[in-house]
Amino acid sequence: MHEMSIAMAVVGQVQEAAELNGGVTSVTSVRLQVGELAGVVPDALSFCFELACAETLLQGAELVTESVPGRARCSPCADEWAVGMPPRLCCPRCGEPTLELLSGRELQIVSVRWEEEPTARRRTCEPISEER
Amino acid sequence: MCRTVDLHQAVLAKNDATAHALRAELAGRGTTMVNLLSSPGSGKTALLERELLRARERGVPTAALTADLATENDARRLARSGVPVKQVLTDGLCHLEASMLGRHLEGWLPAATRLLFVENVGNLVCPASYDLGEDLRVVLASVTEGEDKPLKYPTAFGLAHLVVVTKADIAEAVEFDEEAFRAHVEQVNPGVEVVLTSARRGGGVGELLDRALAVADGGAVHEPVMAGQPHEHHHHHDPDDTVMTRPLP
Ligand SMILES: [Zn+2]
Repeated sequence: MHEMSIAMAVVGQVQEAAELNGGVTSVTSVRLQVGELAGVVPDALSFCFELACAETLLQGAELVTESVPGRARCSPCADEWAVGMPPRLCCPRCGEPTLELLSGRELQIVSVRWEEEPTARRRTCEPISEER
Repeated sequence: MCRTVDLHQAVLAKNDATAHALRAELAGRGTTMVNLLSSPGSGKTALLERELLRARERGVPTAALTADLATENDARRLARSGVPVKQVLTDGLCHLEASMLGRHLEGWLPAATRLLFVENVGNLVCPASYDLGEDLRVVLASVTEGEDKPLKYPTAFGLAHLVVVTKADIAEAVEFDEEAFRAHVEQVNPGVEVVLTSARRGGGVGELLDRALAVADGGAVHEPVMAGQPHEHHHHHDPDDTVMTRPLP
């Protein structure tokens, strides 16, 4: 189950961002975009995220996942459609593989909400220890 | 004070950046990497053993790295072909990551290696998300796994540069519907080539080697529709960055 690796990567990136910002005391929530075709199971990810956050700055942080449907476009037909699951990646109109995938492969941290000391912005804090 | 900060960072950005660096590094050494993905029991090791033997017969400098959750006899089996083989135990991790692979190649990969086959951990879910820096990604499935396999694992099949069917010799016995399988592959990955092989009877053996050599010679690689969505890359690697920190052995 690679959701644990994904969760740890999310935690690591948020920690880095917090360190860069300085003065972050705790992370409240992390907003994640997960495409339908990203190969990640959101429920498994939530479960792993909680474990990965333990004893870090993100302890108790909420993971908010936005699911992104897969969409594709066929340029010759100027047609656009939802690819569905399992995805249908040939144009339903002309049957040609002339399409481009517009969305559905996202796996990205959109934003993070945290508590910070108002005075301590920008690299004034000591680095966060590398807890695992 | 509570604040929301926009990050817009790809979760796998670090792995992707490491994979890009490893790909460039291997290209610099004249090595082409093939990443092999399949479910356990697909017959991937049996086929790879035959391909390695063929590579040796043809004098192609080849090496293989095989990743397993726990000790198996894959490496010993592959080593019978006579090419350098390395076994990597992932210690429960269900996939290889680029940095991990880089560390294992470091100091081991023979300098003159033309083809490097990487047998990923046996499953079709996790390894699909991780670029290893390969030049050719091959997804294998045996006829016993059924013709719906590509629809059950659309991300794996959707990102393949080549699909290989194994155990074709027993296709009839297990009533494998080849046309349906091809249609399902086409649905998730239009235009990708499907090759039928039988390690036991020898049918199709050598095809994988031929495809890998074609890529090594600069031939075009299939571009899956699924891989086409533009990714945002926020991590930029310095061109001087190396994944394998030690010089060539
Ligand atoms: Zn069309």
